[in-house]
Amino acid sequence: MLEIHHIFKTYEGKPLLRDISFQVDIGETVCLLGASGSGKSTLLRIVAGLEDSDAGFISFNDMDLTSTAPHLRDFGLVFQDYALFPHLNVNDNVAFGLKMRRLPQTEIAGRVASSLDMVDLTGFETRKVTDLSGGEQQRVALARALATRPRLLMFDEPLGALDRALREDLLNELRSILHRTEIPAIYVTHDQEEAFTLADRVLILHDGAILREGTPADVWANPESAFVAKFLGLGNVIDGEVLAKNKVQTQHRLFTVKCAHKHSTGEKVHVLVRPLPAEKEHVSTAPSAPLPKGYDVNANVIQGVVSDVIFQQDRFKVTFDSGIYVYLDEAPKVGQKLSVKVKVECLA
Amino acid sequence: MTQTSSHGDTETRRSLFKISAFSVSLWLKRILLWIFPLTFLAILFFYPLSKILALTFDFNTLTSENIQLAFDVLRFTLYQAILSTLLTLLLGLPSAYLFARFDFRGKALLRALTAVPFMLPTVVVAAGFTALLGPRGLIHAIFPLSSFNFIGTLTAILIAHVFYNTTIIIRVVGNALSSLDPKLEAAARSLGADTFHVWWKVIIPLLRPSLLASSMLVFLFDFTSFGVILLLGGSKFSTLEVEIYLRILKLPNLSLAALLSVIQLLCTLIFSILYTRLVSRSTTQLAPRPTQQRPKTFQQKLFVTVFAVLLTAFFLAPLSALPFRSLFRLEADRGQRGEVQYGFTTDYYTELFVNRRGSVFYVPPIRATVNSLTYASATVILSILLGFPAAFALAKPTRLERILDPLIMLPLGSSAVMLGLGFIITYGKWLTLPWLVPFAHTLVALPFVIRTLQPAIASIPERLRQAASSLGASPFEVWKNIDFPILRRATLAAATFAFTISLGEFGATLLISRPEYPTIPVAIERFLSQPGGLNYGQAMAMATLLMTLTLASILLIEKFRLPNSGEF
Repeated sequence: MLEIHHIFKTYEGKPLLRDISFQVDIGETVCLLGASGSGKSTLLRIVAGLEDSDAGFISFNDMDLTSTAPHLRDFGLVFQDYALFPHLNVNDNVAFGLKMRRLPQTEIAGRVASSLDMVDLTGFETRKVTDLSGGEQQRVALARALATRPRLLMFDEPLGALDRALREDLLNELRSILHRTEIPAIYVTHDQEEAFTLADRVLILHDGAILREGTPADVWANPESAFVAKFLGLGNVIDGEVLAKNKVQTQHRLFTVKCAHKHSTGEKVHVLVRPLPAEKEHVSTAPSAPLPKGYDVNANVIQGVVSDVIFQQDRFKVTFDSGIYVYLDEAPKVGQKLSVKVKVECLA
Repeated sequence: MTQTSSHGDTETRRSLFKISAFSVSLWLKRILLWIFPLTFLAILFFYPLSKILALTFDFNTLTSENIQLAFDVLRFTLYQAILSTLLTLLLGLPSAYLFARFDFRGKALLRALTAVPFMLPTVVVAAGFTALLGPRGLIHAIFPLSSFNFIGTLTAILIAHVFYNTTIIIRVVGNALSSLDPKLEAAARSLGADTFHVWWKVIIPLLRPSLLASSMLVFLFDFTSFGVILLLGGSKFSTLEVEIYLRILKLPNLSLAALLSVIQLLCTLIFSILYTRLVSRSTTQLAPRPTQQRPKTFQQKLFVTVFAVLLTAFFLAPLSALPFRSLFRLEADRGQRGEVQYGFTTDYYTELFVNRRGSVFYVPPIRATVNSLTYASATVILSILLGFPAAFALAKPTRLERILDPLIMLPLGSSAVMLGLGFIITYGKWLTLPWLVPFAHTLVALPFVIRTLQPAIASIPERLRQAASSLGASPFEVWKNIDFPILRRATLAAATFAFTISLGEFGATLLISRPEYPTIPVAIERFLSQPGGLNYGQAMAMATLLMTLTLASILLIEKFRLPNSGEF
């Protein structure tokens, strides 16, 4: 089990990582999700031992790794630009780590073959790595990391340089390989789709600190902060002020928000207006039509004029003139008046 | 987390306040990389340099007489360098135009031919011109009655300089010209400019940075020229270099020599800084596609034919006269009586293996070849051993490297004769030791070795080393399996560079080599300065040998050098 304890790191006087602690259990894939410059790659390099932290330490199975040289940590690393050795062919690239471990020839041959098989590159042994496509190169890099059977695998935006279709293919392959091998993994990316596809647990990194940690479903359901909600694109994030218990006044209207936090009156908060309507029949196109029965004045209904409608495969993104958007099954006309009942959550 | 937190807390506290071991080891690594190259330079360059400076700024040195002489020498040095540069431009600019604008058969070959002299040792070029135009040369043999005198004139010096440096103009100005967007010319014409105005108002202003930079570089080489001036002009043409040499060996006055070499160093530094400034400004607007075409009009065809023939003749004649003259007897040997066999002979070569009484050496002249090869091998080993760590450090520069880089390159700016002077002043009592020569050669070769290795090292992405490290390779294994195989070509190129430089080094070797341990260039100089057809023939034979060795090395360098590694 990998444990990361209170890592601090400054770069050119600016704090890059601030008190980072988490752990990775056996068979678990942890995704570090963050924008570029959030310090996630630096954290990987610290775990790999390629860079030193200013404070804090890394341990594996309760052993402090501070004084362990990178080549003795037995952590596999896969880079965005592959970092294949240009002077070695596919076979020798994959065999590199095994040769460093002085394994017998037959063992090396067997492991290279099975690693290449795992990434569907059997038959590529004698090819020059510089002649391969981007996707093939990344498969070789993956096979190279897998061949040594490391006790931890780390990925630094490994699919960042690939096009979309290839990325999805490799992502699914990677997912099944990680599940099969049960090697604990840290996966660094700025792409939430990648993170949510792969991760058992997601860590959202912002300004060098972990802002949110949890399973993909949990993070999706409870972003817990305006930044996370915005970063994940969960919906409309709106500033507001607490008027009374469960009442938040915004520039648009007064929302009724159930929330577990203890807020004092007058406190500034953010609310998240989810774009999916609370229920289908809660969409009304009649401008002055009375709200359906059973809904009181406290219901969170967005009313306004449609300013934009965008087709998005199985739904329409409908934007009001107030800037708030919702997803609807059927396209209203631009200029039409519309009221939609929405779900509103408190982001504190 | 919970079961580890109790001991984890103490560990956290320990780690929170630890001094970063990483930065300490980083510094240690930098020190280890620099200690040998810097110690070498300190002992063999900077300490001697300080001795020269001390000698210069002495009341006995700074007399009005000395200063007057230094001023005269400086004036002549500048004069011949400016004249040489102008003549080089005269030949170089039309040639640059030829190569930049036209496509013709044999173009690549002719271009390569014009580049050859630049890499040849000065003694070979000097020997080539004496073989062609000297009193015992081919032209004189064909027209025996012509009384024209070439060797020992300023003309000889100037022509040799043009021969040497034209390639710089062709390369720099030619590249700028061929990368100039032809649409600019078309635009100017459409606006009513005739050919003269197109050139004067558009093309030349755009070429100005590269024109200035290349002229500055040519001027710099002409300013510091030594071998050509000594061998073709003779000691009456006293440039700074020649005068320093004379004041050491012929009319000993070490303090005057020191004063002259300080002036020389200062001038070189100023010109180098000017050159660097000019280079940094010479960015031309690029047209990615080549603009060469076959000559179409009669004028174009005439120009291309005349210039291609002229260039071929100019560059080929001295280079081919040399081997030719080394194989043909055109005159009687010294003291030879009776019938003289004119024509083809291998005597000049076989004679190199004979230790004659009364010859200029105490050993068979071929020993000079053995010495040269030994010195060159030692120079290769030494400069690679010292160059590798320095190049490694410079490939990933920190503030330290930005300070050290110009210091490391300083020997390049100081003349070979000055290096020799420094050795003599500082380590005079050890001059009997033959192995001092490879140290001097290493001093000259080291900047080239570093500049060859550094871009190759820098071109290896750090990720490759990190990937290897994460796969279990120790730092040594990383070097062995990643750096070394990738750098093998660059290392071979650097080694060949060092080898070639050592083979051809003339100025410093002339001052510090012992008479019984001559190198090839020193032997050639001695043969040339002796009377008699046999001595002259042997000079030709040795120069041919040296030329062959150098050309073979150039071919090797071109083969090994990565296509994207920098020029000098």
